[in-house]
Amino acid sequence: MSGDGLLVAVDSKVHRIPAQVKIVALFVFVLAVVSTPAANFWAFALYGALLVAALVVAKLPVPVVSRRLAVETPFIVFALLLPFVATGPTVDVLGLQLSQSGVLGAWNILAKGTLGVIAAILLSATTGPRELLAGLERLRLPSTLVAILSFMVRYLSVVSDDLHRMRIARESRGYVGGRAGHLKAIAGGVGALFVRSFERGERVHLAMQSRGYTGRMPLLGEVGATRAQWMEGLTISLAAVAVAVTARVVGL
Amino acid sequence: MSGPAIHVERLVFAYPDGRQALYGVDFTVERGERVALLGPNGAGKTTLVLHLNGILGSVAGGSGSGRIEIGGTGLHRDHLRVIRRKVGLVFQDPDDQLFMPTVRDDVAFGPANLGLRGAELDDRVREALVQVGMQDHADLAPHHLSYGQRRRVAVATVLAMRPEVLVLDEPSSNLDPASRRELADILTGLDVTLLMITHDLPYALQLCERSLLMDGGRIVADGRTRDLLGDAELMSAHRLELPYGFDPLSVPGPEGR
Amino acid sequence: MRFGRNRIKNVRVHVPDGFFDAPTSIATGLIAAGAVGFSLQRANREIRETGPALAGLTAAFVFAVQMVNFPVGAGTSGHLLGGALAAALVGPWTAVLVMSTVLLVQGLLFADGGLTALGTNITLMGLITVLVGYFITRALLQILPRRTGSVVPAATVGALVSVPVAALAFTGLYTIGGAVDIPIGKLATAMVGWHILVGIGEAVITAAVLGAVVATRPDLVYAARHLQPDLILVDADGNTSTVSPDKPIAARPAGRSLGIGVAITLVVAGGVSLVASAHPDGLEFVGAKLGFESAAKDSAVAGSPLADYGVSGIGNAQVSGALAGIIGVLVTIALGLAIAKVASLRTNKAS
Repeated sequence: MSGDGLLVAVDSKVHRIPAQVKIVALFVFVLAVVSTPAANFWAFALYGALLVAALVVAKLPVPVVSRRLAVETPFIVFALLLPFVATGPTVDVLGLQLSQSGVLGAWNILAKGTLGVIAAILLSATTGPRELLAGLERLRLPSTLVAILSFMVRYLSVVSDDLHRMRIARESRGYVGGRAGHLKAIAGGVGALFVRSFERGERVHLAMQSRGYTGRMPLLGEVGATRAQWMEGLTISLAAVAVAVTARVVGL
Repeated sequence: MSGPAIHVERLVFAYPDGRQALYGVDFTVERGERVALLGPNGAGKTTLVLHLNGILGSVAGGSGSGRIEIGGTGLHRDHLRVIRRKVGLVFQDPDDQLFMPTVRDDVAFGPANLGLRGAELDDRVREALVQVGMQDHADLAPHHLSYGQRRRVAVATVLAMRPEVLVLDEPSSNLDPASRRELADILTGLDVTLLMITHDLPYALQLCERSLLMDGGRIVADGRTRDLLGDAELMSAHRLELPYGFDPLSVPGPEGR
Repeated sequence: MRFGRNRIKNVRVHVPDGFFDAPTSIATGLIAAGAVGFSLQRANREIRETGPALAGLTAAFVFAVQMVNFPVGAGTSGHLLGGALAAALVGPWTAVLVMSTVLLVQGLLFADGGLTALGTNITLMGLITVLVGYFITRALLQILPRRTGSVVPAATVGALVSVPVAALAFTGLYTIGGAVDIPIGKLATAMVGWHILVGIGEAVITAAVLGAVVATRPDLVYAARHLQPDLILVDADGNTSTVSPDKPIAARPAGRSLGIGVAITLVVAGGVSLVASAHPDGLEFVGAKLGFESAAKDSAVAGSPLADYGVSGIGNAQVSGALAGIIGVLVTIALGLAIAKVASLRTNKAS
């Protein structure tokens, strides 16, 4: 797992928007989606269109987005089960007795979950880890939390590489995996990984202290976003809010 | 300002897990000296250098005793800031040293803690990166650099604090021959007191006139690098071996410069 | 949370956006924010001493380990949640921060887990697993022999219990804020049943990891710091002396402060979920207040078979059931705390 997250390094209008604007925009958009009753199908179509427009402006390749959608899989399974297990009035579809509320609930989870994931992909694919941290800092996330996040992001690739090397070492000594008997081998390796990670954490702290660290991380020094940038970044989210409000007012 | 660059007296230390690493260490390094710290694995070399800026030891609340002076200033809890600015420590694994999101942030970390801001900070960062030839990589993330580049940036992070004493933990380990030579060129060009842990004996001979040999948590020999490396009995007694075909008496050392 | 027997690699199962209704998301968001704020305050001293790097590295470790699949048996594999393990290793407050950080990075950097569901995910996986795991660990440490090794069985039980409890909490949340009315008894049985299996995996891996850590660096295990033996120091002249080990983090039993934390959680959880259930849809509630109500009523909603979707789903019986579930979880925690407290008082008196 790379320390860059899902970042797609191209230059686009969306990439250039300051991270704090994008985080707020994502949050507002998802909130609008989540608060829309599931039966307002047209609203979800509009949300989808807004997102697709944003993906196009951000120049994101389709495979990146679709591959990442896999995180949703377990919930798709859950959603597909709903029509069969939910109670209440039922409808006949192709000879199957499906619960009406179950069908709607499945749609609800699928539509909102998918839109949420795509919106999140839009953020993570257009924002580098450093920008993201600077954005969270601008949004007044407690500095200790920003510092922990920063170290986590920095060392994600280092720890993952350690893990990867340990797996190679295990497999090159004839380990094939799958058998419960080997659980101990994995777990022992994970234990060693913790000791390594922890000791690295200690050394990093020593390195910080030896360069004068006294408990406060320097600010990442990102300049604030301009009003124009806020307006530009929030365009789609505000449109989504308008859709959500309309859906509420006109009902179905 | 008076007194030697580094003065260590009767230094004892045990780690919290019960391992005792130092059993009474004494030595002195004068200003401008370049000294190699040699010794087998587990001799206590890294533990010793971590004491020099008060990271380990009784100053940091650890279990140990002894006395350390840096440039005449006794190592005391009240002087830690001053000491840490004077002693620049380059860790063995550059990944331990480079913890900020980009090279620029990382080099700026030390001077920012010293109170530098704005243009002054930018100048200091640029100066340090130029010293190690990494000025064109300032905006990269550390994990996008090669190992040799990371080592050089690690040196820059410390140089940016303009230390009086530069302490390096195995600077040539895991470097390819070209990176190893480039680093030697950088280190030779610096005007600081240098203390360098190394297993790379030709490197010690090339860069340091004097060497300390450490084993079992004590200093067991202190002398000219060439003499120590030429003493076959001493070398084998402390698990030190010269590379195949290397004759310490026939190659030029730092004395000639 | 984990459903069914998915064996898809590198898919960590987090609640997505829209899975729970808005009030539930907001309520759990408040709980999570409160818990993180409280933990920041409590962990401040530790973090000042050991540095944020340690917590960050632990978070990177948890993140990396969550990607390791291990066989659970019956052809399925699981992965570590790591809450109980992190609590034993770095203490409950830092562990809450670590788990929240992991979830935040997964949500923002890897688009994994919804942003509006972040509070839910932190509450379930960052808060409940950590607190339950830690309480049980500490409580058992009072009973087990007083040595560092005892932390392994103690935390193993903690890990085992923490996962089904989180699953139960998930079921409770679903009862309150799930979009669809499904038989809660069945859901609870299925969730808890499956998660006992996951919990066994969690327990086995926690035991093995802690075993490995205790074998190499026993001083790193937060939950067992107070059980460390004294050190023997040999000075320059060969004299020996005994000193107590360097304690970078004081290992105080976090009894009372944890109690306060639980009390706050209980009040917040209870209060907010009552509000949430009284007004099943926050926006509708706000809408009614603002006068949109008539507009909504005049629309086609009234005649639709879906008219009371979301309202009929949350009858009073279910609300009380859900509350009972959550309160049950919290009472379990509180009980654990009480046992630990009483046990520690007794130990203190004895010593």
